[in-house]
Amino acid sequence: MKPSEVAVLLDEPACTHNKKAKSGCSKPTPGASAGGCAFDGAQIALLPIADVAHIVHGPIACAGSSWDNRGTRSTGPTLYRIGMTTDLTEQDVIMGRSEKRLFHSIKQAIETHNPKAVFVYNTCVPALVGDDIDAVCKAATERWGTPVVPVDSAGFYGTKNLGNRIAGEAMVKYVAGTAEPLPPPAAAIEYAEKRGIKIHNVNLIGEYNIAGEFWFIAPLLDELGIRVICTLSGDGRFHEVQSMHRAEVNMMVCSKAMLNVARKLEDRFGTPWFEGSFYGITDTTQALRDFARLIGDPDLTERTEALIAREEAKIFAALKPWRARLEGKRVLLNTGGVKSWSIVSALQDLGLVVVATATKKSTEEDKARIRELMGPEAKMVEDGSPRALLNMVKELRADILIAGGRNLYTALKARLPFLDINQEREFGYAGYTGMLELVKQLALTLESPVWTQARSAAPWAALRPAAPELPLDADDLPMPLDDGFDMDDVHDHHHAAA
Amino acid sequence: MSEIIKRSKAMSVSPLKASSPTGAALAFLGIHHAIPMLHGSQGCTAFAKVYFVRHFREPIPLQTTAMDQASSVMGADDNVIQGLATICAKQKPAMIGLPTTGLSETQGTDITRLVKDFYRQYPEYAHVAVIPVNTPDFTGCLETGYALAVKGMFEALVPEDRTRVGLRPRQINVVPHASLTPGDTEALKELIEAFGLRPVMVPDVGDSLDGHLMPEDYTPLTLGGTPVSEFATLGEAAATIVIGRSLDAAADVLAERTGVPDHRFDHLMGLDANDRLIGVLAEVSGHPVPERIERQRAQYQDALVDCHFMLGMARVAIAADPDLLLGMSQFLKSVGSEIVAAIAPVRAPSLDDVPADKVHIGDLEDLEIAGREGQCQLVIGNSHAVSSAERLGVPILRIGFPQYDLVGGYTRTWIGYRGSRQALFDLANLLLEHHEEHHLIAPYRSIFRPAEAFAELGTAATAPTAGGLPLH
Repeated sequence: MKPSEVAVLLDEPACTHNKKAKSGCSKPTPGASAGGCAFDGAQIALLPIADVAHIVHGPIACAGSSWDNRGTRSTGPTLYRIGMTTDLTEQDVIMGRSEKRLFHSIKQAIETHNPKAVFVYNTCVPALVGDDIDAVCKAATERWGTPVVPVDSAGFYGTKNLGNRIAGEAMVKYVAGTAEPLPPPAAAIEYAEKRGIKIHNVNLIGEYNIAGEFWFIAPLLDELGIRVICTLSGDGRFHEVQSMHRAEVNMMVCSKAMLNVARKLEDRFGTPWFEGSFYGITDTTQALRDFARLIGDPDLTERTEALIAREEAKIFAALKPWRARLEGKRVLLNTGGVKSWSIVSALQDLGLVVVATATKKSTEEDKARIRELMGPEAKMVEDGSPRALLNMVKELRADILIAGGRNLYTALKARLPFLDINQEREFGYAGYTGMLELVKQLALTLESPVWTQARSAAPWAALRPAAPELPLDADDLPMPLDDGFDMDDVHDHHHAAA
Repeated sequence: MSEIIKRSKAMSVSPLKASSPTGAALAFLGIHHAIPMLHGSQGCTAFAKVYFVRHFREPIPLQTTAMDQASSVMGADDNVIQGLATICAKQKPAMIGLPTTGLSETQGTDITRLVKDFYRQYPEYAHVAVIPVNTPDFTGCLETGYALAVKGMFEALVPEDRTRVGLRPRQINVVPHASLTPGDTEALKELIEAFGLRPVMVPDVGDSLDGHLMPEDYTPLTLGGTPVSEFATLGEAAATIVIGRSLDAAADVLAERTGVPDHRFDHLMGLDANDRLIGVLAEVSGHPVPERIERQRAQYQDALVDCHFMLGMARVAIAADPDLLLGMSQFLKSVGSEIVAAIAPVRAPSLDDVPADKVHIGDLEDLEIAGREGQCQLVIGNSHAVSSAERLGVPILRIGFPQYDLVGGYTRTWIGYRGSRQALFDLANLLLEHHEEHHLIAPYRSIFRPAEAFAELGTAATAPTAGGLPLH
């Protein structure tokens, strides 16, 4: 990928803060950076497409420690969970055999797994030695008849967010609009006809079905007659991506990182889109209303309102006993960016108090939104270092830290209850039903008896003179708490410093 | 305090209970050069023997008074005397344990008098300790019989002399309950030794029933275990540690006879119990807590925090003898698990403090019913409970007696910071492995999605075409 192409991707006109001086991501500082690379972002964004063979073209570091590392789930094929990499050797690199190995790898993937398509992720080493993966993919497509899609995502191109965008770009460029949707099953058509419902087609962009949480939402959409043509990319299928141009509305699911997909689909096919989230009662309701509003079918609007009333009543009743247990508990949120808004809303629905949120990765707009949600007193933590956050926990008397999985151990080492909202998590929190799982997990850690035990000093320690408490500084903890592997990165919209 | 639900059905189905004489035999097996002889029919012994052979995977010395029809009706006193004499003559044991059984108790045997008769008739065997103990099958369970045998040994062998306390200032007596494993007792000894103390474990089943490949190809007696001579030294120790409420009566006897102060523990799992244990050892020894124990404590705390995500609110069903049930359930409670089913074979003081709403006196069928009602995610019990767990569709962690389908199960270490930590990991892993069935959101297939979307990818070479892909 040429620098000019990277620059084009970084310029996202659909994004309101495209021209802002303070952008989402600052230039990485050698020695003090955390977070993934463009390859990481591209792979995260597309891997959930379940019937595709995902081949990582590069030496082992790229795929070796990242494959099958996600909580995303599928209703059908499980091919996406098989890690595939060309695992380049020194000989391959020196002798220029990596393209050949890639070609044979594609053949092997097709012969062994009969995938609907092959995605080839380019990484730093082949990009640097100049492998022409576009040409290899083209040749392979012609040779075996299976679509082989290049995703040119060498790590050094930029951040993970850029990688998300590269992935989206590849889908729009090579896949979307290349096939028509299959007709819905007869039973579904009958279902709709019986009720006099018109079926409406939509896409979800940036929904990853973490821990299967989208399955809390899908039945509601089914009931309303909203057919999801394609989810990019949770529980997705290649053919569905091909036919995503047939949607009437696109929803950007609490995400701006793949905004380019929504915008380009709008440019090419005129599909309107909106941003929304399925986290929390308020946001789920809002998302359902937005679908109805953009689709503009009065019957759908009416049925949507009825469904919302029913589901909200049901979930508020179910949450009541939990609210009593959790009400007033103080949360420090470290997600940064867009996702924090929707999580804040979910937590507020539960009666928790969000005492602060980390804003290191947030743009000015993000911050404005946070103020809107949390009030003008909203505490924002600029310094995402573990020390700063832990100090903040102490200062604000937070009961729990909610963050991505890699912060887990920072929190646990500080003997602080923790909730993982990262992509590797095993519990789904989306939709109305997901709130029940969320409260359960919150109560599980908040009310756990392990904290008193973990905080307790050995009883015999009192017999000895206590060691003087050493002042801690930010360098004491080697891993910056600002986690680079959050879903936020998929969700956030970041620009390279202009 | 939990509500104790008494047995209410006629029949015991998939019994959890092992008999009291079996437990008594176990205690005697923890003594060096000992052999238990069950006063009953041959079957009483044969079943107990098979039970322990399968569990420990060791030859088990066990004899019988072999009551037959005639002696059962006409009196079996001679069987006892003759049996004792035969063992003494042939095997030269240091101790013979003499538990009664349901048969001999129903018959009305006076086992204590019989032992006196034996010594009168055979004064040449006066040096052999013969310990009678009343353990009818119809009362108590394995744990009960074990405790009675320990008490019987103290009564018979510990001199009444309260003037010698602390003459051996480095000695610490340890009385472990029936369900502590060889791994447990060994770990406990190591802990005690780390403070420069000398543990005397009574009985020491771990030393006798674990890991012997002997130079002779056969021995009719136990190898290892507590030497009988140690009973005389118990009164000179600095302190006694007693683990398990079932041993209260035995511990009372020891304390009364010797005056040695004792420290009683319900169990040694989890942070609180081990903190107290280490505190006691530090105090008795005057030795600072070794760094590696501090390290183990920190490791345990770390594991607690790591595992609470899996074990918090986990619904667990446990079936075990009372002391083990109490220890295991309190341990699980300390990581936030819920005990949805707690089953013990008999009523015992330990049950009062099991952190469950109800404790059933019952069997593995009760475990299954209560476990199903409580939607348990994990069963903890002996090897017999494996099929219960299978029927419930949940994983099992094996504890207690018998564990015949797991090599080394009998010797695993549960106690101490280390053993507790491993237990946390294993419990958490069992839940993780079965995460799928219990936590995961059920896949939902949208009605609008064509069947193609759900099909697994065939390996048949029906390669799809690139269609209208504007590739390159």
